[in-house]
Amino acid sequence: MPFYSEKVMDHFSNPRNVGEIKDADGVGEVGNPVCGDMMTFYVKVKDDIVTDIKFKTFGCGAAIAVSSMVSEMGKGKSVADAMKITNANVALELGGLPPNKMHCSNLGADALHKALEDYLTKKGVKIKNNKTENQADCNCGCGEVEICKPCGTPITECADDCSCGCKSEESKQQKSVSSCGCSYGCTEVESKTKAKK
Amino acid sequence: MQITYFDNNSATQLDPRVLEAMVPFLKENYGNPQNMHSVGAVAKDALDIARKSVADFIGAKVGEIYFVSCGSEANNFAIKGVADANAHKGKHIIVSAIEHFSVLYAARRLEKIGFEVTILPVNQLGEVNSNDLKVALRKDTILVSIQTANTEIGTIQNIKELVLLTKANGSLFHTDAVCVAGLIPIDVNDLGVDLLSFSASQFHGPKGAAALYVKKGTRVTPQIDGGVQEEGRRAGLENIPSIVGFGVACELAKNEMIKNSASIKELRDKLIEELPKKVEYVYLNGHTSNRMPNNVNFSIEFIEGEAMMLLLDSKGFMVSSGSACASKALKMSHVLTAIGADPAVGQGSLLIALSKYNTMADVDRFLLEFPAIVKRLREMSPLYDHFIKTGERQVAGPGTDYGHEHDHNHNEE
Repeated sequence: MPFYSEKVMDHFSNPRNVGEIKDADGVGEVGNPVCGDMMTFYVKVKDDIVTDIKFKTFGCGAAIAVSSMVSEMGKGKSVADAMKITNANVALELGGLPPNKMHCSNLGADALHKALEDYLTKKGVKIKNNKTENQADCNCGCGEVEICKPCGTPITECADDCSCGCKSEESKQQKSVSSCGCSYGCTEVESKTKAKK
Repeated sequence: MQITYFDNNSATQLDPRVLEAMVPFLKENYGNPQNMHSVGAVAKDALDIARKSVADFIGAKVGEIYFVSCGSEANNFAIKGVADANAHKGKHIIVSAIEHFSVLYAARRLEKIGFEVTILPVNQLGEVNSNDLKVALRKDTILVSIQTANTEIGTIQNIKELVLLTKANGSLFHTDAVCVAGLIPIDVNDLGVDLLSFSASQFHGPKGAAALYVKKGTRVTPQIDGGVQEEGRRAGLENIPSIVGFGVACELAKNEMIKNSASIKELRDKLIEELPKKVEYVYLNGHTSNRMPNNVNFSIEFIEGEAMMLLLDSKGFMVSSGSACASKALKMSHVLTAIGADPAVGQGSLLIALSKYNTMADVDRFLLEFPAIVKRLREMSPLYDHFIKTGERQVAGPGTDYGHEHDHNHNEE
């Protein structure tokens, strides 16, 4: 089996919407060349509809495919709907990504959100909750979340080793059947600590 | 599509003559060399002949060759075997920062059980400084392990000088010659090493056979117990077909290596000379002259190695890269890190490892196709965009919320 799915290879080989928008309404950048992936997204918004998205990406096959997919998914959506696209959705649309590519290459939705936030900020809109999916807090607010290993989707329950000590039987049971809905159908989770902003 | 295999440090194409010699041992000659009956005797004879060829190839005696399964096992055997057998003399080991992981992680494992490990740095060209070794050597240093040449950047070490220093200190010297065997003649007596690893699969032999040379009188504790094979030093039924292939690969290399390496070197030199003329902002990694005849390693700035590798693959070129994304561990190669490569630039590393099966036509075709691939990736690179617009390099861009501390779930093993 090839390393990447056919769909990933298609978006990598023929990326859609590569480029930049000179008079963009919003620009967002994520990643770091040191990590090997970096994305800049440009958005054009008219009447609350994302009319155009362009991107430039430095990164691996997955990073380029993800950028291309996000640009297609976001175009034509309302700003609010485009903000709802998650990194996990993107991976799903691409037919899955190799597990080790989930965290660092799968930043497309984050980059798009940043561009839209830039647009909203310029418009004077106060952003209440600018958390991206990967930064979701657990429901007790301790800041520790579990993330589905293959797809990176947070499962918003407290981790076993959650420092706040909220380990109710109920949440444990939920956890044992929790599935993030990724194409792997996995229930495998890893705990991940994110510093609270 | 024509496949051009430029990844000969990962694996090499089996020489048809090697295959031919192996086939009978996969078919009718299936015996176990430890058996006294005549089917076993055929295997035993084949094992002896192969051992002689392998020993001759590096100027060793037959009793000094121990067959193992792969280069990593040979390195593990050397490091752990010497450590086990010599722990009473001392618990200090010296390795270089650019060793293969099978050396570095074997040393790390020893650290966990009470050994001390000094990791020698290398300079920008990948050379170990003999003064650094001099300073690092201690009374309780039992082993120094420094590779003959580096797989990734091709830099050849001055092993003889390092050996002299080590021997003067009364310590043992192991060298990992896996990427050297079959390209540069190896003579263990000339080098003066106590232990040397090399593997069949690196020079058109089969996978599954490698050897550790252990100089007569050197104490090494077995790492696989439970059998009389390999003089009791490495239990397990011998992989006869692969060992037979290993022997033949050694014979062929012994006779043909000088000629082959000369033509491989021509290909290398053409690539090293021409590539920078065709593509701007590329930097050669490794030594210019003390370099493996088959090694080309460039950092291609503003683009990432895995993407480059995939696009080259789509054109039929099999290469490798030391970029973070191209590694399963998602870290830039430890070799590029050790030579001080800029992490942003090193992400675009391109490794071409040539073999006797590559031709000048392959090289010309590569030089023709490669610039367009770089251009394509640079056109979509925000780093290149920034550089073109401002004339400045964006080392770690603004808004980089994924810093170094970002957990990549690193797992190098």
